[in-house]
Parts: sequence; structure tokens; C-alpha cells
Amino acid sequence: MIVAEHLTKYYGERAAVDDVSFIIKQGEVVGLLGLNGAGKTTILRILSGLLVPTSGRVSIAGVDLAANPEEVRAHIGFLPEQPPLYPEMTVTAFLAFVARIKGLRKNIAAAVREALEVTDLVAVADDRIGTLSHGYMRRVGIAQAVVHRPPLVLLDEPTSGLDPVQIVHMRKLIRSLAGNHTVIVSSHILGEIHQLCDRILVVKQGRIAAEGAEEELAGKVATATVVKVEVRGDAAQLATVLKGLPLVSRHTVNREAAGVTEATIEMTSDGREALSAAVIRAGLGLRRLERVTLELESIFLELTGGQQPEVRS
Amino acid sequence: MRNVWWIVRRELGSYLRSPAGYIIIFAVLVLDGLLFNAFAIGAGAKKSSEVLEHFFYFSSGSILVGSVFVSMRLIAEERQTGTLALLATSPVAEWQLILGKYVSALTFLAVMTGLTFYMPILVMVNGKVSLAHILAGYFGLLLIGGAALALGMVASALAPNQLVAAVLAATAVVVFLLLWLLSRIASPPIDTLVAYLSLHDKHFRPFMRGIISIQDVVFYVSLIYVSLLVATRVLEARRWR
Repeated sequence: MIVAEHLTKYYGERAAVDDVSFIIKQGEVVGLLGLNGAGKTTILRILSGLLVPTSGRVSIAGVDLAANPEEVRAHIGFLPEQPPLYPEMTVTAFLAFVARIKGLRKNIAAAVREALEVTDLVAVADDRIGTLSHGYMRRVGIAQAVVHRPPLVLLDEPTSGLDPVQIVHMRKLIRSLAGNHTVIVSSHILGEIHQLCDRILVVKQGRIAAEGAEEELAGKVATATVVKVEVRGDAAQLATVLKGLPLVSRHTVNREAAGVTEATIEMTSDGREALSAAVIRAGLGLRRLERVTLELESIFLELTGGQQPEVRS
Repeated sequence: MRNVWWIVRRELGSYLRSPAGYIIIFAVLVLDGLLFNAFAIGAGAKKSSEVLEHFFYFSSGSILVGSVFVSMRLIAEERQTGTLALLATSPVAEWQLILGKYVSALTFLAVMTGLTFYMPILVMVNGKVSLAHILAGYFGLLLIGGAALALGMVASALAPNQLVAAVLAATAVVVFLLLWLLSRIASPPIDTLVAYLSLHDKHFRPFMRGIISIQDVVFYVSLIYVSLLVATRVLEARRWR
């Protein structure tokens, strides 16, 4: 569906997107995940035809974007971070206008009705856009991106500025698009990408730092085994035990109270059995030992270079 | 051309639905009415053709002001509100967008100017002027207004917001208006060129007297064409920024 090859975009001297390549298959819901300023929006703008890359090429459904920009743009629906809406128009009139300029020639009314139904806007169809709430405006933004039934829908931070209830509705709505459209969603909100997307492209300083499903990304980061233990004994005793185990690379004491110490231990490989045996041998009471898996947030921080992975149970 | 038509339709609808259009029309009509009574008719005795000439003289001023206010929003407002992204990611070529916006703004300007028609009709009924003189004057108004509108379109395509667009458009229009002053101090052959480029002095005065000359029409149409071409190129260049 989408093939991006060696995309680079310079803003002056700064490379906002630097040699980015990826392939997205038809029907996939792909998340562009990255910190603010990582280059997500620039990638979406290039894919939408809004910006021309400094170098590299994009083809959508086999058509080269640079050679046939208008043909490609007819097959794309784009929701920028700020929804492009004309406040003085009614929702229906606006969607009909969008359908027309996007190249739809027949059955405009049916397409508008379908978009209204998909985005649950029927109740406000004849209202002026300027009078709608923020949540409804976002939905009109989605409706304008799908009204001409494009094979590819690009959504830039679709839930930004919405309240929690609206976010849930919006996520449901985006998920419902998956069957009929290839969807690319950009976000810096991990939970969102986690819930919406089949695959994640992690963008870091204009480059794709990693790509894959959430589990695949976790595999790329979590090379070490991390365990959390709780023992009856003080931190010094535990430290002595751990010193005698070559597998342990480092440990952090999380809590020490009432003769019980809780610590997080990083090991170069899975040494849970050796660890438990050593703790018991040292006469410390082993109250708890569990392996910790990295959550998406930790993976994100590691891959985007935000911080060291934060370990959570 | 369908895309141009859809844009024209939406734009005209927007003039009707938003207060800005009505406010501009109101301001221009008040201004024209005052000037007609105070300046064109005036206190002393005048020939009716002179009254008409004066009417077209100040009307050219008010249409220039109107053009600046109408043109400032054309592209800059879309950029400010983010709707330019919708148009720029649609299968609409830049020239179609510029032409659609221009045609709708010119239509609005024509309607606004047309609403002053009762004033020259009053002169015709009570005096001795021909309908051809009136129509020639209005044709000239449309041309000079259209030229200012096209200059304003370039400003609007360049500017990040409407205020900057208005300042740029007003500056461009004033520069083109004042070129006749520059022509007086410039040496040949520059003086002829500068005088030719003057927006009002050389090319509009014949229309005020009811004279349509091909040379003047060509000047305005060329200025409009070049300005719209520049505005199109500015929009195209934005994709590369």
C-alpha cells in the first residue's frame, strides 16, 4: 500500500526526517510513536502530499507521489493536528464540499450520510461547525478524512485536546476504520498507540528507531532479565548475597521497612533459580520473587532515547 | 474546472454566511455615499459628466481599500485556521485554488461595487451622461479593483496571517499607485516604464471619462495574470519549504 524510501526532509539546516524507509500493508493500522518534535508530523505531511521531501520517494498503491501528486492525493484522507474546518458551514455542507474537492463525482449525498453515520454525527448534521463542542469538531475532522472513502487515512494526534470520554469514543471510531482503510496514526500517547495499532513505528530524531508489534519492540529492548524480590533481612545482607552472584549486573533497593527489603535486580540472563537458592542459603526469608516485563512506556523511553527503561511489575 | 467551481461556490457562501463580507460592503457603501454627496456633487455648479468623473475617481479609492480587506483573508485565513491543509492535500492544483478564490473575491467586489449603481443612475436621470460612460467607468473599477485584488492575493499567499497580508497588500497597492510620482523624477526611459506601471494615474483616468482603451485593459489584465501566477508559484513553493 505505502512504500516510503529514504525520505529526508530538511527545515533549513535541521533534518526533521532523516533517511526514513518503511512499508505499510493494506488494511494495517500503524502507529507513529515518538516524542514531540521527533518528526512524526513531518512524515505524515510528506505522505499526505502537503510537503515535498528533500529527497526520497513515496508511492501509494503503486503510484509515485512526486510524479502524480493529484492522483495520489485523491486516495488520501488527512486529519492534521488542527482539524481543517470551516466554522460557518454546516457539517453536511462541509462534508459535501470535501467529498467534491477530493474528487468524488457521484453519490455525494450517500457518501456524506455514510461519513456522518460512521462518525456518529447524524444528530448534528445540520448544525454549524462553529457551534459544535471540541469533541464533535474532532469527529467532523475524522469525517472529512473518510468522506471520499480513501484507501489511506492519516491521523495526526487525533485525540489531542479531548476529554477521557471523548478519547474512548475517538479510539473506538479509529479502530472501526481499520476494516475499510489503511490507517496511520501519530501520537506521543503510548496507551493510544497500544490500543489502536497493529504495528508501531518508533520515531526518534527524524529516524525510525524501531518498528514492529509491541511484543517485538519489547524483545528489542528487554535483553536483560529483571526481577523484583522481597526478602526478610536488611539491604546490606541482600547486597552481600547479590555480590556473590556473577549474573547480577546491578540492583536497586525500592523499599526497606520492618526488616523486609524489596529490590529490583537486573541480571545478564535468567538467573532466578540461582538467585532464590542464594537468598535462602544466606538465611534470608524469600517472601517474593517475580520477573518484571517492560511495559510499552519503558520500551518507548528506551527506544526514543528519553531515559533508561523504567522497570515496572 | 470543476474544482474551481466548487471553491467559488464555497467561498461565495462563506461571504454570505460570515459577517466580514457584510461589514466590508456596509463600510464601502457608507464611504461612497458620503463622498458622492460631499465630493462628487459638492457645493458649486458642475457638469453632470464631471460629477460622474468624480464619482468614479473616489469609487476607485474605495474599491482599492475594499480589495485589500477582501484579499487579506483569501489564503492567509485558510493558513491561520488550518483549512489550507485540507485544500493542499486534495487533488486540487494550486492554480485552481488561486483562480477559484480570485473569481469568488472578484464576484464579491463586483456585487459590492454594483450596489453603488444608484448614484450614477441619479446623475444620468438628472443630468446629461450616457449609459456607456457609466458602464465604462464600472468596467474600469472592476479592472483596477481586480488588479488590487490580485496583488492582495500574492500578499495573502506570502503572509503567515491576515494582518500581515493586509499590510503587505496595502503597501503593494500604494506603491503601484505612487509610481506616477516616481515617474516624474526618473530619467528616460525608466520614467516611461514606471509611469506605465502606475495603477491609477495613466490607466484609470480614461475610464473615468468613459473611454475604454485596449492598452489600459491589457495593462490591468496583465497585472492580474502575473500576480495570480506569482501567487500560484508561492503556494507551490510552500510544499518545498
